[in-house]
Amino acid sequence: MKVLVPVKRVIDYNVKVRVKADGSGVDLANVKMSMNPFDEIAVEEAIRLKEKGVVTEVVAVSIGVKQAQETLRTALAMGADRAILIVAADDVHTDIEPLAVAKLLKGVIDAEEPGMVLCGKQAIDNDMNATGQMLGALTGWAQATFASDVAVDGDHATVTREVDGGLQTIKVKLPAIISVDLRLNEPRYASLPNIMKAKKKPLDEKTPADYGVDVSPRLSVVKTSEPAARAAGVKVGSVDELMAKLKDEAGVI
Amino acid sequence: MAVLLLAEITDGALNMDATSKAATAAKQLGDVTVLCAGAQAADGAAQAATIDGVSKVLVAEDASLGHRLAEPTAALIVSLAGEYSHIVAPSTTDAKNILPRVAALLDVMVLSDVTAVVDADTFERPIYAGNAIQTVKSADATKVMTIRTSTFEAAGQGGSAPVETISAAENPGLSEWVEDKVAESDRPELTSAKVVVSGGRGVGSEDDFKIIEGLADKLGAAVGASRAAVDSGYAPNDWQVGQTGKVVAPDLYIAVGISGAIQHLAGMKDSKVIVAINKDEEAPIFQVADYGLVGDLFTLVPELTEKL
Repeated sequence: MKVLVPVKRVIDYNVKVRVKADGSGVDLANVKMSMNPFDEIAVEEAIRLKEKGVVTEVVAVSIGVKQAQETLRTALAMGADRAILIVAADDVHTDIEPLAVAKLLKGVIDAEEPGMVLCGKQAIDNDMNATGQMLGALTGWAQATFASDVAVDGDHATVTREVDGGLQTIKVKLPAIISVDLRLNEPRYASLPNIMKAKKKPLDEKTPADYGVDVSPRLSVVKTSEPAARAAGVKVGSVDELMAKLKDEAGVI
Repeated sequence: MAVLLLAEITDGALNMDATSKAATAAKQLGDVTVLCAGAQAADGAAQAATIDGVSKVLVAEDASLGHRLAEPTAALIVSLAGEYSHIVAPSTTDAKNILPRVAALLDVMVLSDVTAVVDADTFERPIYAGNAIQTVKSADATKVMTIRTSTFEAAGQGGSAPVETISAAENPGLSEWVEDKVAESDRPELTSAKVVVSGGRGVGSEDDFKIIEGLADKLGAAVGASRAAVDSGYAPNDWQVGQTGKVVAPDLYIAVGISGAIQHLAGMKDSKVIVAINKDEEAPIFQVADYGLVGDLFTLVPELTEKL
């Protein structure tokens, strides 16, 4: 079985986010970018399924600016077999919406015919949590979101999902879209020899036109602003002082 | 404008808190019809009919809708979508599972975690773990969106909307439910609790998490956890507060042994009063805390629990 893993190039999760002074968005110029952490977990899961002999080929796909090929090289260094880059934007500040991403991935699926898509449950930049579910709609496949355990058994996958009340286990028909949550696995670091090898792995470059997809946004950004800052608080010296403050000043106990 | 609000129904029971908070946002957009779907949903529908401002309740009962599997519930919503300008739901894991599928089936974008309604087409939502607030205007014919419940007050209950039974859509039969593992607890629900006590990596073990639970029980509070504590196995996943866990805004949030990574702050910084207890006085949690107490949580938390 072939597995498709979409990966997104996003601001590194350790970087402090700055809103641009003109309110047009978040400043991404000269900022460290990395693979979306949830997508790393998806890549790791695909590679583990290959190591178990369940999966035969892992294809990583990224949609965005040309520099996303670095993100794909990371996926290849982790163990993906080949990569597809769909260059859909010139400016790093252009975020391709989940609906357009899902349409492009549908195009890739039609060409590649994978048995499964493993994707991150959300990207840490736009926090949409939507691409996997949208791709499920466009393909007409089953979806299993927020996965913390994935077991493939013939033409089905049994997936445990992290939900509000605890955990839910469902069985989905393959092919299916599986979006992964934090507890599924701990992604490996790529070794230096594998990073070198990844440079020689195939990376195809495509455009949205190759798939006949219009990526123009449905949502226009009116403005981007800083959230209201909390006023600095005080340090208290003891439990008694804390209790007095909570009782008399804040009135919450 | 007509709004379809997907009620949060789990095993036949209505989540009144989440649904009535989403109703407050929905009312700003137009005439609200609530959809109650489940294997059993009639009791939930009767309760939903009391939410102020609801003009009609639709109830669909079918075995295929029993465990909120995305495909049959999305198919049901799409079958109704033609009559509505907006399709909304509280930002629960169920709705986040279902609504993007609905949006793509309708060829529209989804708006996740809406925190404010500016007008019928324009909404605010947090991005980058809440480090920026984006105002976006939708050009789509139908707006499909999830509502971040922590930023809306619950609508009152005094209404008596008519309830109409409808049939389920055809089940695509792509997935089946196997089991739920739900922790039984007498504590209040995390997202609607007035007080939340959360523990982080500093708590050190699952056993030691009992001191967090002890303080929570003394305060009648819900228990939360940072991602680090959940990843380390100290606490179950449904306790996680943060960018990818639950978003809470209680009257009092007590963060114990939590350093305050931005991903955690994203889930609690709208709390009215924040208390931080941490041995590291440089911990970023103190930058958002109203009251900070520097010291060993293993002596301070039991002392606080005892004195309360």
